[in-house]
Amino acid sequence: MKYFPLVLANLGRHKIRTVLTIASVTLALFLFASLRTVVTTLHANSQFGSARRLVSTNATGIVFVLPIAYANKIRALPGVESVSWANWFGARYGDSKQFFAQFAVDAESYLAMYPEIGLPEDQKQAFFQERTAAIIGRRLVDRYGWKVGQNVTLQGTIFPGDWTFTIRGVYTPTDPALGDDVLFFHHEYFDERLGHAGIAGWFIVQIRDPASAATIAKTIDDQFRNSSAATKTGTEQAFQAGFATMLGNVSLLMGTIGTAVVFAILLVTANAMMMSARERTGEVAVMKTIGFSDRTLFGLVISEAGLIAGAGAVLGLGAAKAFYRAINFNGFGFLPGFNITTGTLVMGLGIALLLMLASGLVPAARAARLPIVQALRRVE
Amino acid sequence: MKIPLIYNARSVLQRPVSTAFTALGIALVVAVFIGMLALGNGLRAALSRTGSDRNVLVLRRGADSELASGIARDAVSILAASPHVATGPDGRPLLSPEVYVLIPLPRPSDTTAVANVVVRGISEQAWTVRTNVQLIAGARPQSGRSEVCVGRKLLGRFDHLSIGATLRFAGRDWNVVCHFSAGGSAFESEIWGENEQFMPVFRGQVFQSVTFRLRDPASFDEAKRTLESDQRLTVDAHRESTFYAEQVGILGIMLRVLAFGITGIMAVGAIFGAVNTMYAAVASRTPEIAVLLTLGFHPRSVLASFLVESVLIAGVGGVVGALLALPINGIVTSTTNWSSFSEIAFSFRVTPGLLLSGVVFAIVMGVLGGFFPARRAANLPVIQALRA
Repeated sequence: MKYFPLVLANLGRHKIRTVLTIASVTLALFLFASLRTVVTTLHANSQFGSARRLVSTNATGIVFVLPIAYANKIRALPGVESVSWANWFGARYGDSKQFFAQFAVDAESYLAMYPEIGLPEDQKQAFFQERTAAIIGRRLVDRYGWKVGQNVTLQGTIFPGDWTFTIRGVYTPTDPALGDDVLFFHHEYFDERLGHAGIAGWFIVQIRDPASAATIAKTIDDQFRNSSAATKTGTEQAFQAGFATMLGNVSLLMGTIGTAVVFAILLVTANAMMMSARERTGEVAVMKTIGFSDRTLFGLVISEAGLIAGAGAVLGLGAAKAFYRAINFNGFGFLPGFNITTGTLVMGLGIALLLMLASGLVPAARAARLPIVQALRRVE
Repeated sequence: MKIPLIYNARSVLQRPVSTAFTALGIALVVAVFIGMLALGNGLRAALSRTGSDRNVLVLRRGADSELASGIARDAVSILAASPHVATGPDGRPLLSPEVYVLIPLPRPSDTTAVANVVVRGISEQAWTVRTNVQLIAGARPQSGRSEVCVGRKLLGRFDHLSIGATLRFAGRDWNVVCHFSAGGSAFESEIWGENEQFMPVFRGQVFQSVTFRLRDPASFDEAKRTLESDQRLTVDAHRESTFYAEQVGILGIMLRVLAFGITGIMAVGAIFGAVNTMYAAVASRTPEIAVLLTLGFHPRSVLASFLVESVLIAGVGGVVGALLALPINGIVTSTTNWSSFSEIAFSFRVTPGLLLSGVVFAIVMGVLGGFFPARRAANLPVIQALRA
């Protein structure tokens, strides 16, 4: 530890080089943390869902609907606690046709089934009592400046026409994977505007015992197998995981780029470390002559590398953590709950350690093994 | 007087490891740059090749995708009678009312995962209206039969798609009778069959879109005006090429942001590497530079010489990076087209222009990384430098 000032002095000798090398490591770890978090967030979101919730969709495909009358039949099955239903709405907002998710839901049963939608009790009641009311996620308030009590008009795409809703509540998701940029409104209003078409996009089935999920799912599907619309039932997690796979092989892409980034920066740091070591050959010989042990010299060089990698890691990982929190990043809505996990931070530090070893070991070993006489001969 | 290039080449070879590391760092940046843009290019190319300038795609008013649209039979007859629709050699209008739905197909790799694949029910005219579509094997589905034709990009990615195989969807069996190509466009990720076969099993008596060939390619604006103001219709008319190109949408933006964001940050790191290397080069050659200056080389020549050296290293890096990225050309990948919610397969597209921009990018990094060290070399005080 007493050599710490010496390590610092060595780093200070080529200030530009030190700063640039630390900056490279910083950038690399910032990128690493960003790329890795895309993967962890997608994974976390694909795990969203309660083990006690099943989702029934039309077996023919996601664009097909189910008769709302199925709800009563499903509710009557043993092991089923409650049933709710929802429709994808897909309207646009404003002249620029901005997009965010909207769902027509059976309000009371839906909110009861999703405690993840954190909504103050008074707002919840206000929402229930008004047919054209809607609740929105906090992000929509930030994005459009909407207020509780305000009327908002959306342009339907699948369901044509102008649809006006009164905002009666702002929810905060307790599980970030739920997303904080969704608008929920009454399925009753939706149904009425469609001339009581009686369609549900999907049913959510709350069951008593998660262990019986497979059995109940099969019972539901068997019941409707020969109806006009057959169902496909699975756990909510499987439903969500299906959406995650739709993006394609993101983890491979992110992994490949991440490896390239880390490797490129490794080259830069290793290069810088070797350069400074080469310049100091004479100096190391002198230090050895005046009694510095091989081990101390090894330690000095390795600590220098460690300091560069460590400083870069702390700056890069810290900047990533702070940056994404500050801009409240959600990847254009694809990555709700984008947050750099502790696991990613630990991995980042691991990379810094690797960087220290890879860039410091060769120069450090060379310094330790340096034959004094030959080295001194090169010093004038 | 200029300092000969061979001096730089020899200097570079004096420090092989350091030079190689710097060049390789730049090569990786260039490879990622080219790779990511090739991904975006591929997606854009697939979608922009889908539509034709001469075709008009009609959707229900307000619908921004075929999926969201619905067009009734009587509207189709009105459209078919429009004077803007071209007629084929047999005198029939070149117009295809189409059913457009998504079906889940299980991925062979992972039985729990499904992909949403487009199933398009077409009329006989579609094969003429869409000039980029060509059969590559088999014969067209016959009217009145449960037969389908499969786009080339789906082959190999899903089971039961070879000719003669039976594909099951919408509660019925369908015989695969042909495969088609469509110039690398998004159509190649679709399954086509007869609209009248699909209509009853999917969404009932409604089409999703109508595509027709313009009689006069220049009359799109007029056709659009006439159709959209027709009181009997509530439709929007889109130029087919523009419509599909715009479907790149948010995915295209994301890929672009990713490509430039990631490579931008990486490039800064690589430039720092180049700066380090060049400063070290200047430092270790201080006496040499002093000799050059004493011999009468102008400081400007010294500056140019060191810049050239940096550009040389970066240029080699750029070429290596381009070579590293080249093998990804043509690799087929897939993602979901969020505008239509369907899976679309496309190939990475490494174009000569892209390779060139990668090398140019590397040279820019070399110039930026070499400038300050080169300036230091040019401004060395001769007397002290000679003593060093």
